[in-house]
Amino acid sequence: MTATRIGFLIAAVSLLTVPLWVPGDYYVSVCSQILIYAVFALGVDVLIGYGGLVSLGHAGLFGIASYAVAYSLAAGVGHIAAILIGLVLALVGTAIFAALSLRVTGIGFIMITLAIGELLWGLAYRWISVTNGDNGISVASRPAPFGIALDAPSHFYYATLFVFALSVFATWVFIGSPLGASLKGTRDQPRRMNALGYHVWLIRFCACMFSGLLTAIAGILFIYYTQFISPQTLTLTASAEPVLMVISGGSGTLLGPIVGAALVEIVKNIASAYIERWNMLLGAIFVAIVIFMPEGLVPGTTRLVRRLLKAWVKAPTAAVEPTPGEPAP
Amino acid sequence: MTALSIHKLEKSFGGLRVTRGFDLVVEPGERRLIIGPNGAGKTTLFNLVTGELRPDAGSVTLFDQELTRLPSRRRAHLGLSRTYQIITLFPKDTLLRNVTLSLLGLSRLRWNPLLRLDRQRSLIALAEAALARVGLGHLAHRPLAETSYGERRRVEIAMALAQNPRVLLLDEPFAGLSVDERRDVKTLLFAIPRDVTIVMIEHDMDVALDFAERITVMHFGEIVVEGTRAEVVADPRTKEIYLGE
Repeated sequence: MTATRIGFLIAAVSLLTVPLWVPGDYYVSVCSQILIYAVFALGVDVLIGYGGLVSLGHAGLFGIASYAVAYSLAAGVGHIAAILIGLVLALVGTAIFAALSLRVTGIGFIMITLAIGELLWGLAYRWISVTNGDNGISVASRPAPFGIALDAPSHFYYATLFVFALSVFATWVFIGSPLGASLKGTRDQPRRMNALGYHVWLIRFCACMFSGLLTAIAGILFIYYTQFISPQTLTLTASAEPVLMVISGGSGTLLGPIVGAALVEIVKNIASAYIERWNMLLGAIFVAIVIFMPEGLVPGTTRLVRRLLKAWVKAPTAAVEPTPGEPAP
Repeated sequence: MTALSIHKLEKSFGGLRVTRGFDLVVEPGERRLIIGPNGAGKTTLFNLVTGELRPDAGSVTLFDQELTRLPSRRRAHLGLSRTYQIITLFPKDTLLRNVTLSLLGLSRLRWNPLLRLDRQRSLIALAEAALARVGLGHLAHRPLAETSYGERRRVEIAMALAQNPRVLLLDEPFAGLSVDERRDVKTLLFAIPRDVTIVMIEHDMDVALDFAERITVMHFGEIVVEGTRAEVVADPRTKEIYLGE
């Protein structure tokens, strides 16, 4: 069994037994929150890590899905229909978002996504007849799939874990597919890809749609988790958070965004109980990561472990090497 | 039917006219060499033919099919392939992945988001064969970043040949190569079958003159001399451009 498979098995067992070893419902809920943001960060990583496109407007897409579900439920629509409405509206929003922002790349892409994110935040804040403005929209109940109520934190955790696992699997399939390989090609050599016969814009558009789908799934999980949505969910900070998760965990990896999401959510929800200025702590951690592991925690740790293993393997060999002037044993 | 036909092609960058009413006709199976001093507009001409630059006027046809308004990607699907003067590959990937990407570019499979690319045996076998053709089969799984300059040049050619082009544009394929590497690439180019028409830009006359049947000399975006090797070498204008009056 390879180290990757052993690691995967340990992670799977740990995640499946969270309600058994995590102390108290609050911390189980924090684990649900980590998984929700991990799905969000995975969606953002599809663009940053594999497409080379940094978006600062994804909280807008996240918010569209959340608001659509909340508004539909408040209007008396059932959960399944509300979720479908949320997904469809978020995907329509993503298509418009992509069509506008993919006209440019680099800084231009960042600025357009930021502008669209701010526009959506403005809509949530000012379109009071739909969004209820700053007062937000509350969701009265969570769904009960197969008759299992998701009100208990552990039940909600398992439902989130199921969706999270599906999202990770879907991302793994997408990244390893011909379309995923094409996306990575457009990140590294867009001009060359064009000359090889690829439709670079359309590949990026497809990546945006997949990213938007994951973001919408995270947004729907979020509205059922908090049972409340307000314009705060669509702010620029909310868009920057998954970007930081991706960069700190390691962009262009499957595990990086998950580790980044865990780091941010743990500091936000657990360390903040003990440290008043937890934002400063988070900032210090990011600075440390950028200095010591600029490629992110996951690739950085992998590099460190490999170097240590190499040194450890070399050490016994070095011990038997003769010193200058002495005959070889 | 001509393989590649360029008619009255014009391109300016601001006030600088890079190609001036450029005409070129290349017959099927021909080996055409384009030479000229630096700044003559040779690479710009390739960029205009492949669609990476839009001409201000004029037309380009490939086997009588009008290309002028087509995007670069569509031209690749019609059988036009190229290599770059400055090597343009995927440095994070292996040699095999580089060539696989080239093959995938012309395959419908490229839109598939569900299959695993590394399990597409037929595609990978074709990529391995393309690498073997340029003598790099044994390095297929090596990351491109760990290969020499000469090996990368050969990967570029493998990628172009993997697409089974009808017309192949080679932009200085011998640039920066050692004597041994030049010999290898030369052998490789001579082995390309005649169903592929080749247009090559090259400064190394020793190698290029052997290869080409007809030569076009460019200067300031215009054709100055065109003809067989003997005609071009004997023409005083060629000497004037290269050696001065």
